[in-house]
Amino acid sequence: MDFGLSEEQQQLKTSARELLAAECPAAAVRKAMASDDGTLPELWREIAKLGWTGLIVPEKFGGAGLGMLDMAVLLEEQGYAAMPGPFLFSAAIATEALVRGGSEEIKAKWLCALAEGKAIGTVAIAETSDRSPTLAKDGRLSGSKVFTPYANLADFMVVAARGEAGRSLVLVDPHLSGVSVNRLRHLDLTRRFGSVDFSAAAAEPLSEGESLHRRICDVGAVAIAADSLGGMQRALDMAVEYSKVREQFGKPIGSFQALKHAAAEIVADLEPARSLVWYAAHALDAMPREASRAAAMAKARLCEVYSRGTDRAVLMHGGIGFTWEHDIHLWFKRARFNESYLGSPSYYRERVAQLSAY
Amino acid sequence: MDLNFTPEEDEFRLMVRRFLGENIPKSGLGDGREGREDQAWLARAKEWQRKLYEAGYVAMAWPKEFGGQALEPVRQSIVNDELVRAKAPYLIGGSGLGMLGPTLISWGTEEQKKRYLPKILTAEEIWCQGYSEPGSGSDLASLRTRAEIVGDEFVVNGQKVWTSGAHYSDLMFCLVRTDPQAPKHRGISYILIDMHSPGLTVRPLVQMTGDRGFNEVFFDNVRVPRKNLVGKLNEGWIVANATLFHERNMLGSASGSEQRFNRLLALAKSIHRNGRPLTEDPLFRQRLADLEIRVEAMRLHAMRQLTDQICGRQPGIEAMINKLVGTELNHDLATAAMEAMGDDSMLARDEQSVLDKGYWPYEWMFSLGLVIGGGTSHIQKNIIAERGLKMPKSR
Repeated sequence: MDFGLSEEQQQLKTSARELLAAECPAAAVRKAMASDDGTLPELWREIAKLGWTGLIVPEKFGGAGLGMLDMAVLLEEQGYAAMPGPFLFSAAIATEALVRGGSEEIKAKWLCALAEGKAIGTVAIAETSDRSPTLAKDGRLSGSKVFTPYANLADFMVVAARGEAGRSLVLVDPHLSGVSVNRLRHLDLTRRFGSVDFSAAAAEPLSEGESLHRRICDVGAVAIAADSLGGMQRALDMAVEYSKVREQFGKPIGSFQALKHAAAEIVADLEPARSLVWYAAHALDAMPREASRAAAMAKARLCEVYSRGTDRAVLMHGGIGFTWEHDIHLWFKRARFNESYLGSPSYYRERVAQLSAY
Repeated sequence: MDLNFTPEEDEFRLMVRRFLGENIPKSGLGDGREGREDQAWLARAKEWQRKLYEAGYVAMAWPKEFGGQALEPVRQSIVNDELVRAKAPYLIGGSGLGMLGPTLISWGTEEQKKRYLPKILTAEEIWCQGYSEPGSGSDLASLRTRAEIVGDEFVVNGQKVWTSGAHYSDLMFCLVRTDPQAPKHRGISYILIDMHSPGLTVRPLVQMTGDRGFNEVFFDNVRVPRKNLVGKLNEGWIVANATLFHERNMLGSASGSEQRFNRLLALAKSIHRNGRPLTEDPLFRQRLADLEIRVEAMRLHAMRQLTDQICGRQPGIEAMINKLVGTELNHDLATAAMEAMGDDSMLARDEQSVLDKGYWPYEWMFSLGLVIGGGTSHIQKNIIAERGLKMPKSR
């Protein structure tokens, strides 16, 4: 029995924390926020060189062939840094879709490029809306998807479509005719989203139909939960640090019980939630029958406590926390996005109820 | 990460399961909280612990020379899981096993360990905890029960309060003030007191449940041998905190929460609202799922800490939340059950039509007691903030 990160995973976490502290401080995040495509190209090249983009790509395609728990470790640290860019959507979710469901031809075409950081994939998989595009008998895709991450950067899109055989995932080349992308203006500027319209667009089916779709939604839920875990830790760290230096009534505000209790409540939410993320990621790697329920639990809980935690962290900062200038709102908004993306906590709680058969 | 047990551990689990299936007392011991103990009950409760000990399932990680088996923590955790699963009666010697024993192993003299540990295991001696006083609750270090050194003895005068099980305990681990001049944390000593000593009086207190569960204990020139000092004179605060650490982990233990959730779920399935089971009410489903997720998080959180223990890692901030989160979760489970039962939740335990054997109203109240005992949630939050997050002390 060994429940926790391995030594290698701990090292990965530490080196990711150090790298992102140096290369992706809040000033860099703001630079990406102000940029056109919302990315940091130099950082992307660097993490690609380190093998992050190929973390879950099989070795024969030039990746490290590691699992979702390793990925969760990286995503946690990216959440800690509020790292901008398509990593979570491309290197975790879209890559997993091709690893699991791509034909040999698709794999050969994309996986090496993904591992090298030269290709970017995105996903339009949310199943909570009723607006899924439909797949005609001739394999053409029509309909629209909103909140498609980095849609205008993507070299390929993994799209959940409704067809005669139910829901399945298809691969779409956004550069072909019949696909148009519109950038969405939205609140969490550490990420970019587009809405995508498909009009009889060419689509290549991925294998395994519903079960692949299920798996990829679970992977997405766990990825978002891992990002939330790191972001919540960051919001806590920022609020606690601030409470030690800001003085009122002649004392650091952190000496007042009201602030101590707010901080302690974040910890009380955070620490058990960490175990939910580890378990859900491990279940994706090694316990397939547990994976959906564990993913739903992690997504529901982490997104709920991340939002609550950033609320508390903003409040602990007082007026400065409400300014654009202070960085805490980057995590506050990222928490809110994480909460709604792929389904809200109430949606996932209902899933837990169904999967637990009550 | 590897959540599998070894084949030996799986085999061990089956053996424990078989043993419990055959040996759990059928007569029902209650859970030891009802305060309805009489001598016959006490004898049966001790007998159950002794039987479990003789089977090798009590304090298995303790050193061999004091009656333990020096086994890795995972064995005890398997036994604990199985005890909960089998709904085994609570162990009468819980405070000796869970609180004093581990403290003595770290802080006791060889003589103290030899003298006390084996009888904790066999339930020959039952312990209670002498911490709180009428004027010293959350501010425990302000305690005033005085112990003066006269020759080879401490002479103890003062009063303790909320002392669970004092009425059937043989001994007390007790905090006393030995230097009234020193700053409050530096004048406290940790001593072991025979409950049958002359000058010691136990008076029952009635809990909000209506039961007698805890007591007041009065000391009137109670003489205690000096060799009953644990740790150094006037340095008892650090020993007291070692015990509190064990107590808080025990109170916040996740092991019962899963069973309680399952019981709540069964209850919700059996109750109908608007012509359908409560489990089909969308809002109640949300509440159930939320509780199930929090219970699961604490189960996994315990596995994480067990792993740390196996690897010999020192507990950190993650252990400081156990008591706060675990006890509040248990109270939330009971509160959800109370809502599910509606008016029936207010029926007394001995009313004929009471639901689920009257378990929930009692659990609802008792679980709130545990949110208080061992340091209230407010105090736990101070500890997390000050010791865990290093936020500045306000005092």
